[in-house]
Amino acid sequence: MELLSLSAVELSAAIREKKITAVEAMEAVLDRIEECEPQYHCYVTVDREGALERAGQVQKRIEAGELTGPLAGVPVAVKDNMCTEGMLTTCASRILENFIPFYTAEAVLNLEKAGAVLIGKTNMDEFAMGSTTETSAYGVTKNPRNPEYVPGGSSGGSAAAVAAEECFFALGSDTGGSIRQPASFCGVVGMKPTYGTVSRYGLVAYGSSLDQIGPLSKTVEDCAAVLEAIASHDSKDSTSVERSDTNFTEALVRDVRGLRIGIPRDYFGEGLDPEVRSAVLEAAKVLEAQGAVLEEFDLSLVDYAIPAYYTIAAAEASSNLERFDGIKYGYRADAQGLHQMYKKTRSQGFGPEVKRRIMLGSFVLSSGYYDAYYLKALRVKGMIKKAFDDAFSKYDCILGPAAPSTAPKLGESLSDPIKMYLGDIYTISVNLAGLPGLCVPCGTDHKGLPIGLQLIGDCFQEKKLIRIGYTYEQCRKDLQGA
Amino acid sequence: MSKEYETVIGLEVHVELAAKTKIFCGCSTAFGGSPNAHTCPVCTGMPGSLPVLNKKVLEYAVAVGLAANCEITRYCKFDRKNYFYPDNPQNYQISQLYLPICRNGWVEIDTPDGPKKVGIHEIHMEEDAGKLIHDEWEDCTLVDYNRSGVPLIEIVSEPDMRSADEVIAYLEKLRLIIQYLGASDCKLQEGSMRADVNLSVREKGSEQLGTRTEMKNLNSFRAIARAIEGEKNRQIDLLEAGESVVQETRRWDDGKETSYAMRSKEDAQDYRYFPDPDLPPVSISEEFLEEIRARQPEFRTEKRKRYKEEFDIPDYDIEIITGSKHMADLFEATVALGAQPKKVSNWLMVETLRILKEQELDPEDIRFSPENLAKLIALTESRAINSTVAKEVFEVMFRENVDPERYVEEKGLKMVSDEGALRKTVEEVIAANPQSVQDYRNGKEKAIGFLVGQTMKAMKGKADPGSVNKLLKELL
Repeated sequence: MELLSLSAVELSAAIREKKITAVEAMEAVLDRIEECEPQYHCYVTVDREGALERAGQVQKRIEAGELTGPLAGVPVAVKDNMCTEGMLTTCASRILENFIPFYTAEAVLNLEKAGAVLIGKTNMDEFAMGSTTETSAYGVTKNPRNPEYVPGGSSGGSAAAVAAEECFFALGSDTGGSIRQPASFCGVVGMKPTYGTVSRYGLVAYGSSLDQIGPLSKTVEDCAAVLEAIASHDSKDSTSVERSDTNFTEALVRDVRGLRIGIPRDYFGEGLDPEVRSAVLEAAKVLEAQGAVLEEFDLSLVDYAIPAYYTIAAAEASSNLERFDGIKYGYRADAQGLHQMYKKTRSQGFGPEVKRRIMLGSFVLSSGYYDAYYLKALRVKGMIKKAFDDAFSKYDCILGPAAPSTAPKLGESLSDPIKMYLGDIYTISVNLAGLPGLCVPCGTDHKGLPIGLQLIGDCFQEKKLIRIGYTYEQCRKDLQGA
Repeated sequence: MSKEYETVIGLEVHVELAAKTKIFCGCSTAFGGSPNAHTCPVCTGMPGSLPVLNKKVLEYAVAVGLAANCEITRYCKFDRKNYFYPDNPQNYQISQLYLPICRNGWVEIDTPDGPKKVGIHEIHMEEDAGKLIHDEWEDCTLVDYNRSGVPLIEIVSEPDMRSADEVIAYLEKLRLIIQYLGASDCKLQEGSMRADVNLSVREKGSEQLGTRTEMKNLNSFRAIARAIEGEKNRQIDLLEAGESVVQETRRWDDGKETSYAMRSKEDAQDYRYFPDPDLPPVSISEEFLEEIRARQPEFRTEKRKRYKEEFDIPDYDIEIITGSKHMADLFEATVALGAQPKKVSNWLMVETLRILKEQELDPEDIRFSPENLAKLIALTESRAINSTVAKEVFEVMFRENVDPERYVEEKGLKMVSDEGALRKTVEEVIAANPQSVQDYRNGKEKAIGFLVGQTMKAMKGKADPGSVNKLLKELL
């Protein structure tokens, strides 16, 4: 048994069957981290001692029969923008270099209840702003499939940790594609659930109306199991939704017969890498062969998604990040007087991409521009939702790429932020419309870099995505095995 | 003054709501407590914390809005007001700008020219900020977030008031409505009611509004009246001197009876208001509105009318009693226990008001129960105690809400009704004071007063002075 290559669900089964203990699994992961971190740098914090202690406690509870679920005893990595009691939570920013929360994010609590064992915190773009994990104040993360390339972002540390087998699954957060795009670049499974499905309590906000926590995993089965564990109605989050259909693992069915899949022409136009295009369309054919009904259609408004997204997300971010002022926690610069202290703390504490978005957001909210930018962006958001509503009146799912290309080389992206923003074109409208999106690996390009297939569902239709994604994944496995 | 001027005043009134927990978290709103004792991640602006609206706040805001004849916004939203200051932990205040909960209302005030309507532009809900405490010794500033997130409503009037008297009448009216609703205790001194005065002057007869200033830091009705007078004169002087009024915020210094500019319109910050994405819009159902309407109490105007019909007490008493919800409740509850309205009113009007005045308390601070007041009245009615003893008992009852029956019993204050014991004491007093007896017999009527006093003293006040008087005369 090659321990580290087990899926989360397989590992927990092995633990339950007493083939291995949770502590042994954690030790293996920690050894792997020690071996790989110098090369990939997936983590900001690895809590070695705490992780082993927690694994020991979980093992006892498994033996006592208290923990029986599919994640019990499984080591997990959490993106460093989710608060963890007693454990450094930096958002990969200097401004939170010393912030240790005294509360734990609801999603992480839910994982702990399910018996998953926290290893540490993964690297990310600073405050989740970026698409490459290069804006972190604590160094870049490299793509384990080829360390000359970026892992994607902003949940790049989480995706890379899964790909490098430095954890069995991870949590990320997705505001404009920050789970799905790194999943695509690293060749792992990633899902952004319907807005409101996973509590945002304890997730350090970037764009509050768009942020959702979701799983990054090796398999669709793990993804379903994790989503089932973290989804909850939380009275501490006013945007949390009460759902009774969160038994997502029931959707792990290899059957897509009769399902209608829409392929938006707008997602296959100019700017799409031909290798990505053919891999994704190939995947669609696999599903068609399984009995799904494919149809091309025009989604429309795709070009408006990026400006609308960057207006709304930056506006919310400019306000959300105001609390980082050196007064209550985090980094404080030495300065005379309140005003100078604010100025120096924030100038030194935030990196350039964060500052750029704070400025952009402050501008679009300022008086005289509010109507022209922010309100207009909200209207575009409404129209995009409407376009998806129309599509979902015809289709069970929309299929397309997760990103226009495979991972770029390290250092190529930050010099041209607009180009970097354009890379979000296939993912951000999903956030604007509050929809679920699933990314499943569907091949590699000539450089051997992974390509991701994105499945988009109507609100609360994660089960359809899981069913289609699972079917595709199993078929691909068969094809590869053959 | 060559021209005649008119003062135009509008008010922004902040009222701290009586909700037991904060507006967006479960922390206590209790006043006091050691610094930061009533805080949590939400009201200290910790990363990842999220606000959840306290429904009680919404109920209070709607109740006040209905009482002030407002339209209730059926789909209202919260907005963020962004500005940096350490008392504001998130560096934005959650308030309402675009869709406030109440709009377009009015309240009626009494003026020398008869009743007048003052328009309410809007009422919105928002959170209070924390407090900064400057430590002179350490030369540093400390922050206490206990008040951060305490629920407020801001009541914005139309510029409908023309004098300090109208402003005071308007504030009194708001205070009464809100107190009657139990939505706040509305104490200006303690800051649970705060008023900012927007004032401008214009030539009488002019339709156009003059440039206004906003005055802050007004902690009493008296300060408000003086600030209005001062600011009106300052603006008129400027205009008379050919200068113009600058639109600015001014801080009133009641000690110096003067105001000074805090910031002008040019320094006005851009608050970058936008809808708070953490709080979904609030939809107000017809059922919710009905529920609140059904719970609205009898307000002062109706109460006054009913008192006139039901109770035989003077109009003046009615004014005073209904001027405080707490006093009115006390009055009605005591009457309901069987006490005669006139007697209850007398205790409230004389002894209660006297002690309140002496101790600089509000009627809201009265702590004795209607049961105990009813018992005290019953004790005097049955002549179990005399009026001097009753006043003594009342003082203790006012202080400690003691049960008068038990207190009188324990202290042995009951009047001696035993004729034999009384006669014996009187005889002893006569024997011990031959000079006074002689004086009385010589026609000095006043001397009997001394003998009554001596007898009361010997009886430790537990005799009925009338009976003593009668008995003395008989024996002499």
